[in-house]
Amino acid sequence: MSTNEKVELEPAGPESGAGSSAAGSSGAGPGDDFYEEEFTPGEADGGMFGNLPAKKAQHFWPSAKRLMGLLKPERTGIIAVLAMVTVAVVLNVVAPRILGQAMDVIFGGVVGKQLPAGGTKEQFVEGLRAQGQDNFADMLAKMNVVPGAGVDFQQLAFLISVVLVMYFVANIFLWLQGYVLNVLVMRVVRRLRDDTETKLNRLPLNYFDTRQRGDILSRVTNDVDNIQQALQQAFAQLVNSALTVIGIVIMMFIVSWQLALIALVALPLSAVAAGIIGSRSQKLFAAQWKNTGELNGQIEESFSGHDLVRVFGRDADMLARFDERNEALYQASFGAQFVSGMIMPVMQFVSYLSYVGIAVVGGLRVASGGMSLGDATAFIQYSREFTQPLGQMAGMANMLQSGVASAERVFEFLDAEEQDAETATEQLPAKTDGHVEFRHVTFSYTPDKPLIEDLSFTAEPGHTVAIVGPTGAGKTTLVNLVMRFYELQGGSITLDGVDITHLSRAELRAKVGMVLQDAWLFGGTIYDNIRYGKLDATEDQVMEAAKATFVDRFVRALPDGYNTIIDEEGNNVSAGEKQLITIARAFVANPSLLILDEATSSVDTRTEVLVQKAMAALRTDRTSFVIAHRLSTIRDADTILVMEAGRIVEQGAHAQLLDLKGAYYRLYMSQFAGEDAETAFSENTANDATAVHS
Amino acid sequence: MLVTLIRRFSKPYLPYIGAVVFFQLASTIAALYLPSLNAQIIDEGVSRGDTDYIWRTGGVMLGVALVQVATAIAGVYFGSKAAMAFGRDLRRGVFRQVSSFSAKDVNVFGAPTLITRGTNDVQQVQMLMLMGLNFMVATPIMCIGGIFMALREDLNLSWLVWVSVPLLVVVVGYIVVRLMPLFRSMQKKIDRLNGILREQIIGIRVVRAFVREPHEAERFGAANKELTDVSLKIGALFVLMFPAIGMILHISTAAVLWFGGQRVDAGEMQVGSLTAFLQYLLQILMAVMMGTFMAMMIPRASVCADRIGEVLDVEPSIHETLTPVAPAAKAGRVEFRNVSFAYPGAEAPVLSGISFTAEPGQTVAIIGSTGAGKTSLLSLLPRLYDADSGEVLLDGVPLTQLDRSEITQRVAMVPQRPYLFSGTIEHNLRFGRPEATDEQLWDALTVAQAADFVREKKDGLGARISQGGTNVSGGQRQRLCIARALVTEPKVFLFDDSFSALDVATDARLRRALKSKTADATVIIVGQRVSTIADADQILVLDNGRIVDRGTHEELLQSSSTYQEIVESQLTAEAVA
Repeated sequence: MSTNEKVELEPAGPESGAGSSAAGSSGAGPGDDFYEEEFTPGEADGGMFGNLPAKKAQHFWPSAKRLMGLLKPERTGIIAVLAMVTVAVVLNVVAPRILGQAMDVIFGGVVGKQLPAGGTKEQFVEGLRAQGQDNFADMLAKMNVVPGAGVDFQQLAFLISVVLVMYFVANIFLWLQGYVLNVLVMRVVRRLRDDTETKLNRLPLNYFDTRQRGDILSRVTNDVDNIQQALQQAFAQLVNSALTVIGIVIMMFIVSWQLALIALVALPLSAVAAGIIGSRSQKLFAAQWKNTGELNGQIEESFSGHDLVRVFGRDADMLARFDERNEALYQASFGAQFVSGMIMPVMQFVSYLSYVGIAVVGGLRVASGGMSLGDATAFIQYSREFTQPLGQMAGMANMLQSGVASAERVFEFLDAEEQDAETATEQLPAKTDGHVEFRHVTFSYTPDKPLIEDLSFTAEPGHTVAIVGPTGAGKTTLVNLVMRFYELQGGSITLDGVDITHLSRAELRAKVGMVLQDAWLFGGTIYDNIRYGKLDATEDQVMEAAKATFVDRFVRALPDGYNTIIDEEGNNVSAGEKQLITIARAFVANPSLLILDEATSSVDTRTEVLVQKAMAALRTDRTSFVIAHRLSTIRDADTILVMEAGRIVEQGAHAQLLDLKGAYYRLYMSQFAGEDAETAFSENTANDATAVHS
Repeated sequence: MLVTLIRRFSKPYLPYIGAVVFFQLASTIAALYLPSLNAQIIDEGVSRGDTDYIWRTGGVMLGVALVQVATAIAGVYFGSKAAMAFGRDLRRGVFRQVSSFSAKDVNVFGAPTLITRGTNDVQQVQMLMLMGLNFMVATPIMCIGGIFMALREDLNLSWLVWVSVPLLVVVVGYIVVRLMPLFRSMQKKIDRLNGILREQIIGIRVVRAFVREPHEAERFGAANKELTDVSLKIGALFVLMFPAIGMILHISTAAVLWFGGQRVDAGEMQVGSLTAFLQYLLQILMAVMMGTFMAMMIPRASVCADRIGEVLDVEPSIHETLTPVAPAAKAGRVEFRNVSFAYPGAEAPVLSGISFTAEPGQTVAIIGSTGAGKTSLLSLLPRLYDADSGEVLLDGVPLTQLDRSEITQRVAMVPQRPYLFSGTIEHNLRFGRPEATDEQLWDALTVAQAADFVREKKDGLGARISQGGTNVSGGQRQRLCIARALVTEPKVFLFDDSFSALDVATDARLRRALKSKTADATVIIVGQRVSTIADADQILVLDNGRIVDRGTHEELLQSSSTYQEIVESQLTAEAVA
């Protein structure tokens, strides 16, 4: 039997080759997924220094457009933000010019003082020219000088006040826009988060069956976080920086086009330098991340498999392998840090170059009267403020790119096909009997691999129906269909005579209690987990359920009793105990139809006897479907369905079926025949799912 | 702890660090010299119309800029080298330390947190080191140098420095200090939100079965709102930062112009000095700002350093004996003498008064309910733990007096949780015995009933195994683990519920094949299924850490009520009879 290792819980077509990868990965049970999620190295911190592994969007522009589309409901706010940024940038860009004029006032005062009082400026210029000091005369001619008078403090005070007011207003606007933008972005992200969560609840189950849990998780968590970051930081910065660069360039040309050209020469120079170093360092960073990932993976493994390393005495070996990778990481990260660390000094150097150029050419032009000293100092300030936003833009572009890539993944998730809309046309009678009928049911997970074909049977009210058969026979599928987790391809299922597709899913499921093979509990107290079955259950009801299902017994032994927190590590509660809690959860729900899917596979056999009694109590007056691999569990069922390859091959009570000497008989005998059970069903493989996280 | 760690692990790299200080000093001085040269251009050149002087000084400035970039790059070179080497050594230190841990020491922490400490925490500390070397050396130099140069230009304006620098520190510091706890809180909220999503995805069937979508949506909505609220608070503070810093810089600039203008007018200061002073002041303030940002990293890194320190400070609880005793025979005879054992911190012992002997060629089975101490008993043999009292002997020598290689060569275990390492099947099988031949591997696979599915794989022995072995089914994983143990051809086999994921038929085939393989070896087997253990030479019934009954299957069926209960719970009454 080649399929006997596959887990039936995973309905991705256990017989299909295509589905086996999904079944293999998710079939390993939640324990392993936690494991993978938990220790993804450096995830939370990678962003801090902008050296995240580069993620690329596949359709950048459409996704970017759609990402921007998310901001649409906040259009007015965004426009206000852009307006505020523009005002702030204009003010910030103009202010140095005014400061330059203030400088001119001071310089003019200095020169003015050197001249004897009495004459006019023009007279002095004439005089200078007559003496052959043409340069100085030119400079003086350009200046606003009153001979004999010192610094015009009234004028200076005026200019300084103007500058201060400009800066004040600019910064107020910057602060305001930041504040408003943050509010807008958080509103958008909050909506996006709510949308993804809502989407989760609308997706059909086979979406989850056919995809890696880790991947879905990272779309709804990491990717959304990433979008938030990109919108919050990159978006505003990018706008701000771009406007600043444009504004500065304009101001530079206004002040002096000659100097502006010098400064602009620096632009391609720094772009080229940043480009060369940047692309090199990106490669090195990729290598660093790859090495980090590998090394962290090895650390994870060695620590998780620590016992094995000890038992087999491989410590020295492991250390040698670790050292090798550690050294590789050192080489890679040294290269990455060194090359990326060079960007700053090199950019700095380019900015120094333009600084020196401006100082020299500006000095010459001031001396020759081509421009004022104030303009030269203003220019120096411009050239300094110029390089900073350029560098920022490069960083922000990276961030935005990664944000768009994440957005693309989130959009893909949001666009996934949803389960059929509710078409509730009928309602169940107030008191349900639990009469279930399958009529010619046909179903498969993938169209090319038929699973259940033309299956019919009836479960009478109050009866216990046991379903047995080998892995892949469709047992779990059968009960999943009752829950309407999947839609039929043919035939119908009725509950108390009503076709379940005519009911709302909520109404149907509220009538059914289900205990699953894989004992899922949420992070919270034991008490809350039991009450999950009925949110408004009283304490007495919870206690009653706990006692009936033998949860009470072990909970009392725990230091925190019912307040014990079940966490993902789950060290405090064993797999078997978790399973008992899920039974209690179904108990408290008090459903009219009960489905037990391998509910006791992780409970040790003696405890199981007790649980059997509890479940027997739970089953009275309720129609129950029971899937179990221990035949003792099913012997007492009213009807036993023996399934093989999606069909019911035998049907009847225990004694009847034994007399048939058919499939059931073989299966039954193999339980204790042990050694000769070559032909036996592989019931126990169902343990796979639970064995992992126990 | 941060300081201790840095001191301890950066010692070999002191020369590098010295070089960093030297080059950064040089580059900072060069950077500081530039405004001064610019001032000279204005004062000596522009004011006097001396174009030659302007050109000459420009040339000097260019030279200084070149020196600046060269020294800065050299500084980065040595800084990166020292920081990365420091990180490498620290990581190695943690790894080595954990490697020497016993299972007991690992359990004190738990594997997950050890992993975080060995990866993320080390990275944090390394990052601090890098930033520290790249900036924290340069920043104070820039600050002090800037102040010195500014004062050289004009002493009377120095009060501007004394006012603006503390003001900046206070404002930035205030915002940062208020932000830090908010950031921590935000991280917690994000974790919580993502935790809820994770639960919804993993438990989707349960959520749907109980129609708890509205409940989950509510839970999520509440967490989402909390996260949004914190993010808003952070945003409100964070957006204050840059406007506030900008305002301080601009007010300082205005003040320099105003007060400087008066001194220039009075003829006490030159115009060039005024511009230089302005540049210096801005440089100082930038440096202070950088320094304050960098200081943000320290608390975080020091938490990480403390966590690393905790690991490094542990004295491994299991020591190798310095005077190992060589056993006379190496047959694999196992003896427990009145062994008791309790997990650290546990109130009650998991094992008490355990005594039994397993002879070579014998199979001893242990059965009992969950929590009876079966796994703990097995883990004493490879010395994952040491017994608290009593003795465990291998071939007549107490384990504590044996060289560890004596134990690892003779004892092989198949753990309850089948764990495979990432790599290939082959690499996993050779884990315990790297020199095994392919033939030996196939032999082991055949016995373990794994040969078929390995052969079916495209790459056979070379097929990839993902971390933890998640890409093969539980049953396959279990059989590969059994094969891995078989490859080492040990004298003592420990099977910890190692057949649980196998179906009855495979289980039976495997045990039959195993019999010939383990004919001369001692086999200790923990089992749940009676059929698995029924033919053992001796069955120990464990309950609450004590052996309550022992004997063969037939004997126990007669004498042990506990055993009977177990059997009855599994077999039907007719079958027993």
